[in-house]
Amino acid sequence: MDLKLKVNGEDWALDVAPADVLLDVLRERIGVKSPKIGCERGDCGSCTILMDGRTVRSCLVLAIEVDGHEITTVEGISYEGFSELQNLFLQNNSFQCGFCAPGIVLAATELLDHNPNPTRHDVQEALAGNLCRCTGYEPIIEAVLAAGDGGSE
Amino acid sequence: MTTEFPFEAETADGDLTSVGTSAVRIDGLDKISGAAQFVDDIDFGPGLLYAAIVESPYAYARILSIDTAEAEAAKGVVRVATGKDFPYKFGMYMEDRYIFAQDYVRFVGEQVAGVVARSHREAVQAAKLISVEYEVLTPLLDPRSAVADDADLIHPDLDDYTHVPWFFPQADTNIAHWRKIRKGDTKKAFAEADYILEDTYRVPRYAHCAIEPHVTVSKLDYADRLTVWTASQSPHTQRHLFAEALAPLGFSHKDVRVITPYVGGGFGGKAGVSMEILGAAMATLVKGRPVKLRWTREQEFYNTYQRQGVVAELKVGVKNDGTITAVEHKLYWDAGAYVEYGANVVNAAGLSATGPYRVPNITNDSLCIYTNLPPGGPYRGFGYSEFHFGLESHMDRIAEAIGMDAVEFRRKNAIVEGDELAYGAHMNPSGMIEAIDRTAAAIDWGVEEKSDNPNTVIGKGIALFWKAPAMPPNSSSASFLKFNEDGSINISVSGMELGQGYLTVMAQIASEVLSVPVGKIRVETPDTDRNPYEWQTVASHVTWSSGLAVEKAAIEARGKIFDVIHQVYGYEDDSLYLEDEAVKCKTDPEFSKPLREFVIDGIQTEDGTWRGGPIIASGKFMPEFTNANSDPETGQGGHPNVHYTVGATGVVLEIDKDTGRIWVRKAALAVDAGRAINPDLVNGQITGGLVQGLATVLYEDMRFDEGGKMMNPTFTDYKIPTAFDIPDEIIPIIVEVPQPDGPFGARGVGEHTMIGAAPVIANAVYNALGVRITSMPITQEKVAMAIFEKSEN
Repeated sequence: MDLKLKVNGEDWALDVAPADVLLDVLRERIGVKSPKIGCERGDCGSCTILMDGRTVRSCLVLAIEVDGHEITTVEGISYEGFSELQNLFLQNNSFQCGFCAPGIVLAATELLDHNPNPTRHDVQEALAGNLCRCTGYEPIIEAVLAAGDGGSE
Repeated sequence: MTTEFPFEAETADGDLTSVGTSAVRIDGLDKISGAAQFVDDIDFGPGLLYAAIVESPYAYARILSIDTAEAEAAKGVVRVATGKDFPYKFGMYMEDRYIFAQDYVRFVGEQVAGVVARSHREAVQAAKLISVEYEVLTPLLDPRSAVADDADLIHPDLDDYTHVPWFFPQADTNIAHWRKIRKGDTKKAFAEADYILEDTYRVPRYAHCAIEPHVTVSKLDYADRLTVWTASQSPHTQRHLFAEALAPLGFSHKDVRVITPYVGGGFGGKAGVSMEILGAAMATLVKGRPVKLRWTREQEFYNTYQRQGVVAELKVGVKNDGTITAVEHKLYWDAGAYVEYGANVVNAAGLSATGPYRVPNITNDSLCIYTNLPPGGPYRGFGYSEFHFGLESHMDRIAEAIGMDAVEFRRKNAIVEGDELAYGAHMNPSGMIEAIDRTAAAIDWGVEEKSDNPNTVIGKGIALFWKAPAMPPNSSSASFLKFNEDGSINISVSGMELGQGYLTVMAQIASEVLSVPVGKIRVETPDTDRNPYEWQTVASHVTWSSGLAVEKAAIEARGKIFDVIHQVYGYEDDSLYLEDEAVKCKTDPEFSKPLREFVIDGIQTEDGTWRGGPIIASGKFMPEFTNANSDPETGQGGHPNVHYTVGATGVVLEIDKDTGRIWVRKAALAVDAGRAINPDLVNGQITGGLVQGLATVLYEDMRFDEGGKMMNPTFTDYKIPTAFDIPDEIIPIIVEVPQPDGPFGARGVGEHTMIGAAPVIANAVYNALGVRITSMPITQEKVAMAIFEKSEN
């Protein structure tokens, strides 16, 4: 089946099978490796990508479903230089092993795009679908709050 | 009395410039940008093959036959492997495992056969075509039933197994190792005690839940070179075990190469060798083709090491003034079907099961018991999290029974420098008292807090912890260091960056000695061909041990730098020092020679010739004061542990009296890092470890059905914390009482931060409700039931 999509600003046209999963197509066919395989059932969030600006678990989406859509991964965000959010993650020691980081950067990016001044609760809610086993989340939450001008309760 | 150390690590003169600063982690850019490459991200081209594994559906069965014909004929299949292909044993501390099952399967999930195919889908489909005929046997799922006199023997040949000399298997039983400690006269001490408390505590099995599943790619090339890319904490140990297990095929260590890029979380689960041996073995059957084996999340739960369950029978005697006089601790470990690594968890716990207290009379029995559950193994805390649950619950109960404040009771008995340990050696310098006091202050200990909400109550708790690295006595670390033309540095080590910040800490140590900023030092993840030896990244020992190896390499490089300056300019070595990337001289304030001017090219002398050349150095560290040669009946006579790291955990929690729901309002954790080489990274361990520990007591546990099959091997059913499930406030407290033989005084903190979490919740729940829960986890349901039962009585 023909699939046309935009990935990090670049146009792609591919022939995919009906059962091909978007995560596998991104990683194996397009070579975008930041979305990770963590559970393959939508529990962990490490395969999170932005589809037309909204977070999607790419392990739960068939490739053919994104025909005509625009996909952004953390590679796309990093291309033009790091965002303020990424720099705050760096300064806050927000990530340890880094495996969940691409998904969390995107989940937090989506949040700030739609809610530039989130509360702690807003941040926790936005990140609740992305599991991190290393950090205890606190340094991630603090960085997102700082990116949102400090936040307000 | 002070403890003697044969090696006194160097401390810098004057103010430190790099050690003690919260340098931004050097792997940070890779990780926030998406550049960080994990094993599964590496491309291997169109030749890549995929493996799938056929697993036992039974916890205990005899294999009658395996029919692979249909699978071999299936589309895309390149090779099928079974136990017949690899009749070789392996194991970390005890060789009790085969690569694929031979005659028996001993847990649900044990590997029986493997399929290698051109695509992942084809491999999985073909694996379903392999039919295995079993004679199903009755599994032993409970450790105490497994030590009954008439219990079936899970490993009848136990007595013939090869193992390390500090294990004591009991022939013709299911006890793979029995660590005994006998110190003083426990019987007499109990007879003379004013108060004795005896109870049993239960801790279930737990899963590491690193977000990256285990994955390995192995390739035997046409020149018989085996290269294995793995998500591992232990590249050299893996190389060693691959080489040993596959030695009948003609491999020597030099022919085996293990490459470990970034690893997506370990927590002990990626230590040693588990599924990686399958990939390495199957690759030997398909020469020239790389073979990828990636565990599913379900396999990640049921077929990697699990944290062992334990039933702990504890008896403690005290005097009326609160002095602990005797501890009797019997630990029945559910060690699973194979204990090649887990038996050392049992050993470590047995050595230290008194907890961080001064105890003159000790009887510890730590029993490693085979069961038909998945193999137990290392998990952050390495046995200490498990026994601290009962021990620290017990200490609270004793304090209350004799009318003493729980903090005061612990202060009185806390082990301090010079006190005798259970096995006869002496305690290292420790900041335990400071840790207790600062933790108690952080949660306003002694100040009763009332909830504004009539439906909730507030409770406070405190728990101490300690842990020593559990390692073979000769576990070593090594490092190479080389300067580049611009005065920047590359360091090669073989510790793993698991997220703890190891690479950054190594850079900071070298930076301190050589006055080169951290930003000009590159430290990367290992490749066993190029990087020098490291035993494993476990035991919270790499900051200390690998840090010493890096410090020694940096000191050697500095010596070579000074030698060149001396040769050319005549200054005495002891008048020279490094500052701001230049050599300076105490006797000639005008002299300054930037490193970048000579660390590769050397220095030209007046006659036009050159001196010096590339500055390269190496360092190694092995603790030469340890030995594991203790008496099997008493545990006395050896010096198995290098040192202990200590600390305290405190919480304030709020409980809904109707529903049993618990909110942790505040958590404080003090740990004695000796010297925090990077305080932000230590705080990261405190926060992350505390939350992981709280999860074991509040949310998680593994459930098995009556057939020994794990019932909740997904994140849907095995709940790990989300961003919502953390304390409202976490207060990290760093105590710094230097470790005399640590790099700049540092000792490890990585595992310790989760050890106190379970008992501190049990103690705070009791404080809030007057209900004592003696089995983990302490879930909302269990608390609600306990409240209900209490109201009924």
